[in-house]
Amino acid sequence: MASENIFEYAPAPESRSVVDIRGSYGLFVDGEFTDGHGEPFKTINPADETVLADVACADEADVDRAVKAARRAFDEVWGPMPGRERAKYLYRIARIVQERSRELAVLESIDNGKPIRESRDVDLPLVAAHFFYYAGWADKLRHAGFGDDPKPLGVAGQVIPWNFPLLMLAWKIAPALACGNTVVLKPAETTPLTALLFADICRQAELPPGVVNIVTGAGETGRALVAHDGIDKVAFTGSTEVGRQIARVVAGTRKKLTLELGGKAANIVFDDAALDQAVEGIVNGIFFNQGHVCCAGSRLLVQESVAGELLERLKARMATLRIGDPLDKNTDVGAINSAAQLAKIRELSDAGEREGAARWSPPCELPAQGFWFAPTVFTDVAQSHRIAREEIFGPVLSVLTFRTPEEAVTKANNTPYGLSAGIWTEKGSQILWTAQRLRAGVVWANTFNKFDPASPFGGYKESGFGREGGRHGLEGYLSA
Amino acid sequence: MPDKTGSERLAVRKTYKLFIGGAFPRSESGRSYVVTDAKDRFVANASRASRKDARDAVSAARKAFPGWSGRTAYNRGQILYRVAEMLEGRRDQFVAELRQTGLSKSQAAAEADAAVDRWVWYAGWADKITAVAGSANPVSGPFFNFSTPEPTGVVAVVAPDSPLLGLVSVVAPVIVSGNTAVVVASEPAPLPAITLAEVLATSDLPGGVVNVLTGHRAELAPWLADHMDVNAVDLTGAAPGDVPDLEERAAGNLKRVLRPDGAAWTAEPGTARLTAFLETKTVWHPVGV
Repeated sequence: MASENIFEYAPAPESRSVVDIRGSYGLFVDGEFTDGHGEPFKTINPADETVLADVACADEADVDRAVKAARRAFDEVWGPMPGRERAKYLYRIARIVQERSRELAVLESIDNGKPIRESRDVDLPLVAAHFFYYAGWADKLRHAGFGDDPKPLGVAGQVIPWNFPLLMLAWKIAPALACGNTVVLKPAETTPLTALLFADICRQAELPPGVVNIVTGAGETGRALVAHDGIDKVAFTGSTEVGRQIARVVAGTRKKLTLELGGKAANIVFDDAALDQAVEGIVNGIFFNQGHVCCAGSRLLVQESVAGELLERLKARMATLRIGDPLDKNTDVGAINSAAQLAKIRELSDAGEREGAARWSPPCELPAQGFWFAPTVFTDVAQSHRIAREEIFGPVLSVLTFRTPEEAVTKANNTPYGLSAGIWTEKGSQILWTAQRLRAGVVWANTFNKFDPASPFGGYKESGFGREGGRHGLEGYLSA
Repeated sequence: MPDKTGSERLAVRKTYKLFIGGAFPRSESGRSYVVTDAKDRFVANASRASRKDARDAVSAARKAFPGWSGRTAYNRGQILYRVAEMLEGRRDQFVAELRQTGLSKSQAAAEADAAVDRWVWYAGWADKITAVAGSANPVSGPFFNFSTPEPTGVVAVVAPDSPLLGLVSVVAPVIVSGNTAVVVASEPAPLPAITLAEVLATSDLPGGVVNVLTGHRAELAPWLADHMDVNAVDLTGAAPGDVPDLEERAAGNLKRVLRPDGAAWTAEPGTARLTAFLETKTVWHPVGV
């Protein structure tokens, strides 16, 4: 970039010394770290491809051991415990997360590749807030609207993705525990480290053994968990394809199922929108967390009359994004989480070009080592293009235009997904009119990618079912 | 209907057909099946719906969804209450049909009364469920944030064998919130479902909001569970042995699935059947000047 660029900064790296990464990690079962019987795997730093640690892999027998520990803890300790006592454990966990948030944030950025600015300012505060929020529900469940004496389900099997490793753990574990369930959680194989550090937090909180069990591994471990006869509940966040497989495994069982799956959100910009604010929202919508966000605003629908001006401003803003070292406090866009994800982003972007869309990225230098993909925008996109239909899960924006509000709504809803959507207009009645018609679980108006433990989150259609967050988030962990 | 009324006059029988998009077509397949009474005597030839009939019913339900879900809750409540009025007016006809299924005169009367009352109960939920299931959410930042329940879309309902009370207990909670329905009627006792369709057709309920298929449940239910434009399935009336397969098919497009729970139809229903077919939509907006 040119030297006159006013956005040049000196590097401001966050220190790694706050984190002590061990050479190898075991499973966390019944309050102890134990060996797994599967083939251990390596977790790497996606920003430079260095190996961070060897991680144990849970096989079927290990999963069985974890489920039995969770059952015992449910029957003997956690299930019978009064809600006010469960609450205090969750408050303890929330406080320890706050106390160790710098350590957790740095470890998250190292293992995941996300900018430290985001893990520090978004992920970790939300993790602590989530435990704090659900702690308060533990002794108030009969006021939640799910009957006078709602009961926990039992043992929850939970499988989470790699894009927000610790935040997704919090979304799963906090409501489950508040409702009186015990859990066996499988983190993603590329990002197991913060979940294992969380196990240490459970020990510091003196959480009874078996209430939280963490089994690491890849797809086989997850399959063994969701198929296990001893669990009463399956909660999954991840791709729609895997969600479908899980729904088939759960079919015909007693297990309660909640799924938070993929998305292809429309971010609609009307001609009267405050364009500079909309540009910030578009950038936050698709480049936040490298676009590894199920609710990312990956389809920009802009009213034709302002499309030219908006794109000009968007490209100018994209040129100021800083891509690089996730631990640099100035970094806006970090590393792609894995080689496999990078390959998928490349494949879909190449398909976008082949199908006739126009591709543009700002000039930027990407590091030689690690997995990187420049922020990318496609114009001249048709609804039939793969980049307009398929979830890319990367920093790639597809731009389409519309003329009337009706056309915007039709195009926005023209997808099997229905997780989120955005609306940009200064006209209040138009916001409400549009929000009513969008078939999506979360609608951000004049903002985007905002999350809060008090706010229900989850999809319509093939983006899954059930809600996480808020009073609604309790329902998936209580028997009606 | 009895063939002879006791007088010299020969009764005019009703042809029982399907109810799709507000019309009463025969099955496009030309098939029918024999419906008998509790003593195994012939009562009627009911239409045996085909896969194409099921698809027509789904597309009618999809077509009706934007209009029905776009009505005000008050208007939906008014229309459902109107349905209850029409049900009451046809009370004697339902009692007669229920008696053919083996109920005594008093049992049939009690079931017909309970069905009308159940419908009235659900009608009143139209403009209340949003307040009960929705919320204003106190997020940690300068945002107004609220959650509202919205209808899931097209719901395929495998109705139970309780031919009237069970039927209204599964149909009313689906449509009152704005969903549209494709209902597979009880296989041995489908006639009250078609008579209910006649009630719906004369109650200002827009065509396509409720579509009724009669025929072989084991044949129709898998087609609906597979259908990619169906958003949810209520398996209440499915044979227990068929539930795993239907649930597995429903996973194809991640339909919401309501499993059979074996609850008695006479019990106070609660809101579970309403909320099973509602999605929560959360809207954020910044607060500022």
